[in-house]
Amino acid sequence: MSDIFNIGLLQNTLRTTTPVVLAALGIMMTDHVGIMNIGMDGMMLCGAFFAVLGSCFLGSWGMGLLTALAVGLVLGLFFGVLVIKFKSDEFIIGVALNIFAGGLTVFLLRTIFGVAGAFSGSQELPIYGLPRLNWPWLDSIPLIGPLLGGNTLLVYASWALVALCYLFIYKTPMGFWMRAAGEHPESLRAAGISPEKMKYLASLLCGLFSGLAGAHLSLGYLTMFTENMSASRGFIAVACCIFGRSNPPKIFLAALLFGFIDALGLRLQSVGISSNLTSMAPYVVTVVMMVWVVRRAEHKKQKLALLRG
Amino acid sequence: MTQQEPIVRFDRVSMQFPGVLANDDVTLDIQPGEVFALVGENGAGKSTLMNILYGLHQPTSGQVYIKGRAVGRHSPAQAIAMGVGMVHQHFKLVPSFTVAQNIMLSCEPRRRGLFYDFKAARARVEQLSREFGLAIDPDAPVEELSVGLQQRVEILKTLGRGADVLILDEPTAVLTPQETDELFCVIRRVVREKGMTVIIITHKLYEVMAISDRVGVMRGGKLVGVRPTSQVDEKMLASMMVGREVLFSQLSRRAQAGEEAIRVESLQVLSDRGLGAVNGLSFSVHQGEIVGIAAIEGNGQSELVEAICGMRPIRGGQVLVEGKRINGMDPGAVRALGLSHVPEDRLRTGVSRQAAVWENLIAGRQRQRAFAARGVHMKRGAIRDYARKLFEKFDIRAPGVEVSAGSLSGGNMQKVVIAREFSFEARCLVVAQPTRGVDIGAIEFIHRSILEKRDSGCAILLVSADLDEVIRLSDRIITLYEGKITGQFSAGSISKEDIGYYMTGGRQDEEAMA
Repeated sequence: MSDIFNIGLLQNTLRTTTPVVLAALGIMMTDHVGIMNIGMDGMMLCGAFFAVLGSCFLGSWGMGLLTALAVGLVLGLFFGVLVIKFKSDEFIIGVALNIFAGGLTVFLLRTIFGVAGAFSGSQELPIYGLPRLNWPWLDSIPLIGPLLGGNTLLVYASWALVALCYLFIYKTPMGFWMRAAGEHPESLRAAGISPEKMKYLASLLCGLFSGLAGAHLSLGYLTMFTENMSASRGFIAVACCIFGRSNPPKIFLAALLFGFIDALGLRLQSVGISSNLTSMAPYVVTVVMMVWVVRRAEHKKQKLALLRG
Repeated sequence: MTQQEPIVRFDRVSMQFPGVLANDDVTLDIQPGEVFALVGENGAGKSTLMNILYGLHQPTSGQVYIKGRAVGRHSPAQAIAMGVGMVHQHFKLVPSFTVAQNIMLSCEPRRRGLFYDFKAARARVEQLSREFGLAIDPDAPVEELSVGLQQRVEILKTLGRGADVLILDEPTAVLTPQETDELFCVIRRVVREKGMTVIIITHKLYEVMAISDRVGVMRGGKLVGVRPTSQVDEKMLASMMVGREVLFSQLSRRAQAGEEAIRVESLQVLSDRGLGAVNGLSFSVHQGEIVGIAAIEGNGQSELVEAICGMRPIRGGQVLVEGKRINGMDPGAVRALGLSHVPEDRLRTGVSRQAAVWENLIAGRQRQRAFAARGVHMKRGAIRDYARKLFEKFDIRAPGVEVSAGSLSGGNMQKVVIAREFSFEARCLVVAQPTRGVDIGAIEFIHRSILEKRDSGCAILLVSADLDEVIRLSDRIITLYEGKITGQFSAGSISKEDIGYYMTGGRQDEEAMA
């Protein structure tokens, strides 16, 4: 048992959680204004590729991160214009974004870096990864030290962002406007604020988060880009967002649960349980969670119906 | 009063929508501190005129003045800044936000320039609530409030933004008589104590008489008359609205009730949400009588009608139509027993909007010999003649029998439904919301048709959200509350206020009384 349940399991949980949390926070922004962005997976894939591109050609991890953020903004704006201005179906645009991102990154990987499958830097074009942060005082604490110390920049940033997003959504007037734009846009319009503006703001923020999530994948989690490296984390993030009812701390907990199941699955393989079974685990959890979420929503409806009489 | 400078002035305002002249050269002054009622049939242009004042529409020609200043292409935000506030028929509230959060939306107090100051918001709402004498719990989520309280939140929201001209668009449409009385108290108070000006849009004439100082009547986009309320009565207003005398006289009561035609025994039906909507109802409807169901929307009357017509499964008890048990029957089988049904939602279940008017008129009988040779081949000529006959008999105004039902106005669409259902020669009629959204001329006609049916011996169950309609037509009135009968009365033996009392479960809403 100690082979499976040890500090390494928790370390792995935290590592796999970060990209999902960042992506889910982005999805949360659009969810609050009433748009479900299932294109997050493709957006973060683009972020991952352009982070590597920026890091290689502009020569620092900072420029890589900025490139990913810029591309995220462009994609967020693109998504926003199509869904908000031209009123396209958000699910179709999301699917299109996913397919587009898969094709674009493979194409650019081959034409720019001249490799197929994966690029992990070369002599002439090294990838500058995100720095790992070490605090000696933290390392000296048993258990907590090895667990929390020595992670890359965006891991810590993601924790801070969970708190910031919570404050933004639930404690600032603008957070209220965003939620009003999603729940009852006409009331916001009648109060003199354009719901469309709030929706654009959410789309742009969502784009920024996709850039962060992508940059973490290719410059933090790994220091390389591989084809389709988002590996459906964008969809897991959608599930976390729904499961956490678009509330940042709850989203974080949901992502931790997914990360834990994922990490546990990997370890169970090492003790001889078929990988076919263990890799199912996150998806089984997703299905169970969704059933629970739907039942809870039904319950709330009934409660309201009783309250109003 | 007329010597004062008007607080709002419409100067020869016209509004052209594609194909419709909604306002035609309207000139009107509203005086400060008065309650002005604007009445008219549906589509007379009342709401359009008020939307122009509130900046939602820009007039095609003419000029609007607010407090002496000419306003042209102003937005609602500018209208609010000039002190004009509007409470819409459909509330503009965020359901999951609290009362305070809704009232302060877009003018939230802040802490350190960044964070929402919830304490200050609550304090402001409490202060508003005291100032205007409108009791409300600032921390209650709006979705948990009754419609009457939600309207109170809307009014507070408007007042909180410094409005001194308050536009109310059909404010009583969703209220119980008690809630209406309270609203009127509030209106009188803000006018008396705060010097507010109130413009109220309505088509209920007794409300005009009860609340307003002056009344303006609109017809076909024109303002046909403005009078001090003290110089008019309901009959005068009604004839001004339709342009002729309307006979809202006492309707004849039933001569004699015949045999039992519809019998409902301990009926139980579930709502869409799977909750008990009809909880053990028993009553019967006899031939030659109209039984009216009076209930506030959502108290089981819709589910009751659907169950009787075979459109919703019966969970417990039974329904007998002409002595036959209909539990488990589909709507076609129930109709075959001799029951016709005017559904409450004409757009959803009353007509097929894409289909031609003639198709709608014979729907349900398309296989009968008169219309289809050997039950298969449609006899177009015979159907058209039949449809034209119904056009005449039911005064349906449409370009022809070939146009789609969806292109008709609400009143004419409803007449198509009535014409079809009343021509079935059924012995039982279930009529739900027969005049919802129908103009006054058509209402009169529909009421007459219903009474004719009764006099010919039909058993009629009438369900309507319009309490006046229920009272005018019914021989017996049953009040429902939460799917249970709270009272049964014979016509004329009970006042409207008492019915309202039974409709709310026979108990006063404590919160609303504050």
